[in-house]
Amino acid sequence: MSTPAPAALIPGHPRTPALRAARLVLGRDLRLAFRRPGELVQPLIFFAIVATLFPLAITPEKSQLVLVAPGVVWVAALLASLLALEFLYREDAHDGSLEQFAVSGQSLTGLLLAKSVAHWLLTGAPLAIMGPLTAWADGAPMSALPGVFISVAVGSIALSLLGSIGAALTLGVRRSGVLLSVLNLPFTVPVLIFGARATQQAIQGVDYTAAVQLLGAMAILGVTLAPLAAAAAVRISLE
Amino acid sequence: MAWTWFHKLGSPPYVYKLAATLTPWFAWIAAALMAYGLIGGLVISPADYQQGEGYRILYVHAPTAWMSLQVYVVMAVASAVALIWRIKVAHAVAAACGTMGATFTACALATGSLWGGPMWGTYWEWDPRIIFELVLLVQFLGYMGLRAAVDDTQRADRICAVLAVVGVINVPIIHYSVEWWNSLHQTASVMKLGSKPTMPLSMLMPLLSMFFGYVFLFGALLLTRLRAELLSRERSASWIRDVVRA
Amino acid sequence: MSNLVLGARGLHLWRGDRHVLRGVSLELRGGQILQLTGSNGAGKTTLLRVLCGLAYLEEGDVFWRGENVRSNLHGFHAELAYVGHEPPLKADLTARENLSYWVGMRRPVTVARIESALDEVGADDWRDRPVRTLSAGQRRRVALAGLSLLSVPLWLLDEPTTNLDTAGQLLVTRMLEAHVTRGGLAVVAVHHELGVNGVTLHRMVLAS
Repeated sequence: MSTPAPAALIPGHPRTPALRAARLVLGRDLRLAFRRPGELVQPLIFFAIVATLFPLAITPEKSQLVLVAPGVVWVAALLASLLALEFLYREDAHDGSLEQFAVSGQSLTGLLLAKSVAHWLLTGAPLAIMGPLTAWADGAPMSALPGVFISVAVGSIALSLLGSIGAALTLGVRRSGVLLSVLNLPFTVPVLIFGARATQQAIQGVDYTAAVQLLGAMAILGVTLAPLAAAAAVRISLE
Repeated sequence: MAWTWFHKLGSPPYVYKLAATLTPWFAWIAAALMAYGLIGGLVISPADYQQGEGYRILYVHAPTAWMSLQVYVVMAVASAVALIWRIKVAHAVAAACGTMGATFTACALATGSLWGGPMWGTYWEWDPRIIFELVLLVQFLGYMGLRAAVDDTQRADRICAVLAVVGVINVPIIHYSVEWWNSLHQTASVMKLGSKPTMPLSMLMPLLSMFFGYVFLFGALLLTRLRAELLSRERSASWIRDVVRA
Repeated sequence: MSNLVLGARGLHLWRGDRHVLRGVSLELRGGQILQLTGSNGAGKTTLLRVLCGLAYLEEGDVFWRGENVRSNLHGFHAELAYVGHEPPLKADLTARENLSYWVGMRRPVTVARIESALDEVGADDWRDRPVRTLSAGQRRRVALAGLSLLSVPLWLLDEPTTNLDTAGQLLVTRMLEAHVTRGGLAVVAVHHELGVNGVTLHRMVLAS
């Protein structure tokens, strides 16, 4: 009895490089999102609804509304991002794709970072446009809008990435919405505080660089450490 | 040599017996320290120059708040140990910390509120340290919620361990919030490293006594809960029968 | 003599209070198939997932090429393919797209090779429709196409013939025979005997 030599079992093909694998995952997630445009716009519509409720509930006077405009923008952004986070891993967890990521031989951290980038592009970046629009509708001067744009853009990165940790921790939990927002609180509260402060400073016309730098620091923390924590949580959920 | 001791701490029956032995000691030491602290603080020490008699709630508020941070740190360290070295007993320690942490934090917020009302005319302020202490309370509740939401005990242990380690970032934020923001809370007068504390000895001694008293109280409570956790987790193991028979 | 060996020693796993895996040990070499049978809930899926490194092991070790897989988990994963109960396909992508992502993420693969793999599993005009419109049997065939494209030595398959008609079951048998003749190994959990011919077949029955 002889065992045949393993000829051409791995026919000279090397592994796909990590960066290319990440780009493929990013492209896949973007393509999938556009196949379901109805689901894609849900967080943004939710943002618009929440942002509209405030002037209706508080006051239509722009001179007063402009005082709460930063809060309106940021609470709406936070709630929209929480809604969006529920979709981040859900489908991949259900159809076995996350499992395949975990046994692919590629770094799970890198693949989850790619998913988070796609997620931000779809649900966070649009907020950077809707935020200034809302601020303007609530009485902010045009000169303030670039500042609002920057603060929401950077802050949404922090929210998306740090939020992925809570999403990964609640993977196996049914109806995880409230628990997700509770677990993400230690991250979202600082982002909210500094984001609203930056937006307020922009609207008032004072220098907002310090607050934006702190937001940037949180975003960097999110990009570097959040995927690691999320990967650990995903592996545990798959067990 | 040190390694065998560490190894023994991973064995549930050993830890159970150790906890049973230490608990009464911790309880009595805690009682003694707290008795001295309360009598010294509430009765003997002089009234504060600015706040009069009302400041005395400090003797309960400050140690409780400090303990809320310590409990989280213990929970986070136990979780890290459990994840890195795969020690089941460490998971039980972390689980035992959850409810106690929530209680300490809630008490800290409540005593702070009771202090603030008569003293500064406000029972609640959105001051940074208070905000982040409230976040800490939510973290403990979230930890307990996540543990309850995950079905399998072992998976719940590990996922909560990740949560505890990731959430530890709030602890330094709370501690340094008084330096980063101007707020209702005064800057540290006891814990300044290196320099002398700015409090008179007659106030400082009972306060320190209360701090340590609370530490031993936490120790006693933790060890008791730990024993309950171990009994529940290891209920099908053989050493449980020996314990019950004894 | 190749060093393609999958080993396991003293695997223990508990689910709550249930002792699911009780000291399982095995050794499988290149050119061999391990057939896992057992009643529902006996632990076949659990054992497969433990061998993949997906499930948490209380005690015991898994070895690949003589080394403990814990020392190089990514390297181990790069040489295995795991297909569970449900084919890991995205419902909104077509068969072609699914394969280009699932396989392409691990190994560069050309359009031509995807097409020929789909040909081999008998995909005709349905290869361009979203996977959610396909029948369970068709999805299983797409998963099999992916398996052959991945070109890895170790296959871990959980009931690969589910939802397949007779022709499909024959396809699985042929693929296993070809894989193993080329020197690969496979651990396959099944309910019925695999009808493979001309290859070394080991059997393990898990009792609940």
